[in-house]
Amino acid sequence: MSTPPSSTPTVEGTAPAEAAPAVIAVVSRKAAVLLTLIAAGLAAAVGFGSQDGETTFRLARSTDFFELPEITVPAENTAWVMIVLLAVIAAESWRRYLKRRSTPIWLVAVYSLLAMTGFLSWAAAGGTVPVVSLLGNSVLLAVPLVFGALGGVLGERAGVVNIAIDGQLLAGAFAAALVGSLTGSVWAGVLGAMAAGTVVALILGLFAISYFVDQVIVGVVLNVLVIGITSFLFTQVLAPNAADLNSPPRFSAWNIPVVSEIPLIGPILFRQAPIVYLLYIAVALVTWSLYRTKWGLRVRAVGEHPKAADTVGINVNRTRYRTVLLAGAIAGMGGAFYTLVSVPQFNREMTGGAGYIALAAVIFGKWDPIRATLAALLFGFASNLQGVLSVLGSPVPSEFMLMLPYVVTIFAVAGLVGRSRAPAAVGLPYRKT
Amino acid sequence: MQLALRGITKRFGSLVANDRISLTVEPGEIHCLLGENGAGKSTLMNVLYGLYQADEGEIALDGEVQHFSGPGDAIAAGIGMVHQHFMLVPVFTVAENVMLGNEATGLGGVLDLDAARARVREISQRFGFNVDPDAVVEDLPVGVQQRVEIIKALSRDARVLVFDEPTAVLTPQETDDLMGTMRQLKEAGTAIVFITHKLREVREVADRITVIRLGRVVGEADPGASNAELASLMVGRPVELTVHKEPPVLGEGALVVSGLTVADATGLVHVDDVSFSIRGGEVLAVAGVQGNGQTELTEALLGLQDHVLGSITLDGQELVGRTVRQILDAGVGFVPEDRQVDGLVGTFTIAENLMLDRSFGPPFVRAGSLQLGRLEAFAQEKLTEYDVRAPGISTHAGNLSGGNQQKVVVARELSKDLRFLVAAQPTRGVDVGSIEFIHKQIVATRDTGIPVLVVSTELDEVVALADRIMVLYRGRIVGIVPADTPREVLGLMMTGERPEGVVA
Repeated sequence: MSTPPSSTPTVEGTAPAEAAPAVIAVVSRKAAVLLTLIAAGLAAAVGFGSQDGETTFRLARSTDFFELPEITVPAENTAWVMIVLLAVIAAESWRRYLKRRSTPIWLVAVYSLLAMTGFLSWAAAGGTVPVVSLLGNSVLLAVPLVFGALGGVLGERAGVVNIAIDGQLLAGAFAAALVGSLTGSVWAGVLGAMAAGTVVALILGLFAISYFVDQVIVGVVLNVLVIGITSFLFTQVLAPNAADLNSPPRFSAWNIPVVSEIPLIGPILFRQAPIVYLLYIAVALVTWSLYRTKWGLRVRAVGEHPKAADTVGINVNRTRYRTVLLAGAIAGMGGAFYTLVSVPQFNREMTGGAGYIALAAVIFGKWDPIRATLAALLFGFASNLQGVLSVLGSPVPSEFMLMLPYVVTIFAVAGLVGRSRAPAAVGLPYRKT
Repeated sequence: MQLALRGITKRFGSLVANDRISLTVEPGEIHCLLGENGAGKSTLMNVLYGLYQADEGEIALDGEVQHFSGPGDAIAAGIGMVHQHFMLVPVFTVAENVMLGNEATGLGGVLDLDAARARVREISQRFGFNVDPDAVVEDLPVGVQQRVEIIKALSRDARVLVFDEPTAVLTPQETDDLMGTMRQLKEAGTAIVFITHKLREVREVADRITVIRLGRVVGEADPGASNAELASLMVGRPVELTVHKEPPVLGEGALVVSGLTVADATGLVHVDDVSFSIRGGEVLAVAGVQGNGQTELTEALLGLQDHVLGSITLDGQELVGRTVRQILDAGVGFVPEDRQVDGLVGTFTIAENLMLDRSFGPPFVRAGSLQLGRLEAFAQEKLTEYDVRAPGISTHAGNLSGGNQQKVVVARELSKDLRFLVAAQPTRGVDVGSIEFIHKQIVATRDTGIPVLVVSTELDEVVALADRIMVLYRGRIVGIVPADTPREVLGLMMTGERPEGVVA
């Protein structure tokens, strides 16, 4: 081996540049910008809308077995302390960005908790923040979102975009009201809701899977269709016969023994309507099936690389149909929440676009059932916060508060989602050439 | 297991893709199916695999006639397939891919991943594959991905194994390994169908050769047949496999690259301080295993890379820092390595593709309006001149065969006022007849006295076209050597070794 007379320093006899060039990670500054903006926004709100007095955080209900003490803090000073801490975290995020490192998720979580504490202690000055019911009702309000998101995750994992979640929720709400009123049974109402969601899913499947129609368009059209049909039936059939056809029974809360007595967690999670427990089961079951069973493996394969699935003898379209129908049943179950838990009667367009927020939760949750559930819970929290604050009489105009769930959705999906990757074949019909 | 195809006919509309094809493959035999791209080999195998239903004819295994309504039936009957485009789910692990469709399950449909891992390890060990069952497929090199495909087929106890163009994506070393595996399988009694259009490989492993042209069996060939005999059977006329060219007449113009460094958006360096020059009338061919900076080098020459240091001058004009438009106007012709992605718009017609880079003004655009008459005349002329086999100039480029698509790209790039030509992988996925034609065009371009840079991962092509050969390894030049450098030396250089006497 000769020594090369080139300008590049090389080890004798070996290749030039044996040491591979370093790989440098690409870091987005989205997180840092967002954290800074939120801290600044909170500082501006507190600075301009000065609030006197103290804020009390109530961590338990009076009926609790173990009663946690109430915490009372000076409103404005607490808010400023939190703002300083937020600024520190935002600065840390910038420091990490400059060093080409990403902001870890736990830091964002701590930030969120501090921001919420600061915001609440300022906004609820002079009053009491019922932490337990704030969080407990968040879980309840998130029920249709979580069911919707589960339906969305399942459909998209199999390769079918499910824009029709909203339609499935609405159809479910309608069917639950009707069947519940007719039979007088909440459980029959839930079954009716599942059936209605499945029917919407069947139409989606028919067009999207069998006839290769653009899935987004079918989904949107289905939503409009369900709004039209349910509104028509509501005015023509349900409203005139409200006593017989639109007065379903209601789910009452069940306390689960023992676990419902755990401080903080018990009242939030285990003193809920049975449909919430159904939700826990659904989340666990969907997650487990998707990642641990033969069925789940095939669903994911069909959504990622349908041709590969086909070449190992899996019937792609049949798998997609089954999954989409199941997804419809799950989303429909979420619709039952509106008429069997929330208000005991059906109303026109009563989902208020929750299906679209569920869809956002699917993306924010990176097509994973657990993360999508957490995202839906976040949106549920935003909706509930809005209600609680308007009761407390916060200095924020109520119009702004009504925007909250949607603002959170936009920020979450646009700002905080890191690198997420949809199932490769989502939205693409499978046809053999 | 003996495989017999009898009189298979498959039509797509008016096109007869397979016309009464009969074929027998004995156990322990490697039967080569040789034919150009588009000859109907893949269609035939898709019929065998149950993906298509034959219009006529039958498939028999050990004399028993089979009826496959889908790949599941074919797999159950013992047929395995290693697809040209791997049928692997990229985000799944090796074990998950291998078990898919054939899952070992426990109670309640729970996946038994341990069983799948064990199966992967067992088969992997038998063939010396060294595949980690828990690796995610998309992170693996293509050569290893192909092994996963083989494991997948074997884990289903395939007794007939079809390899569809398996070497298209492999390095020479990986190709040798694959040949070894095929021989091992053959010794174990597997009947192997090996589909390819590469003559060297056919002669190396085939026991029998069946040649297909335009959907028909045109004859059986002996493995001892010469390359020229096989090629002429395949193409249907005598083919020149060697490129005839005169010694270069060096001209005035020159491309000079000095200290060129190209990094990507993450700061990773792909071309590292590269300097070379090409005189007018000379072909410099770049050899190297794919992924050693060739793509980034050629793209930098056209101004497609964002993070470029150093200088590129063409006839004394600096090109670094200019826009793609300005570089094209300076007379650079560019045949991109992936014509489907960078070379053509599949849903445009041939005529529209021929004027893609000339949409800024005359002759094809005047006052913002397309000159359709002029374009038509031009396209018609190029269609004939470049022997593009198509129904007409309004055929969509996406509907053409690989070879004809490439001819359209070459026609566009060569039919302007050229000062420098870059041809990246000019004949990848192109049939033998078209390869011959494109090579002649490249040599003719060089003979007009302009510098030509050819990039190819096929050593044969590099040796055939080059006046000088530059070997790249990890973004650096290992050496620039004469065209008559022995293949072994070049192969060694491609792994980064710099042999005695070679100067970078």
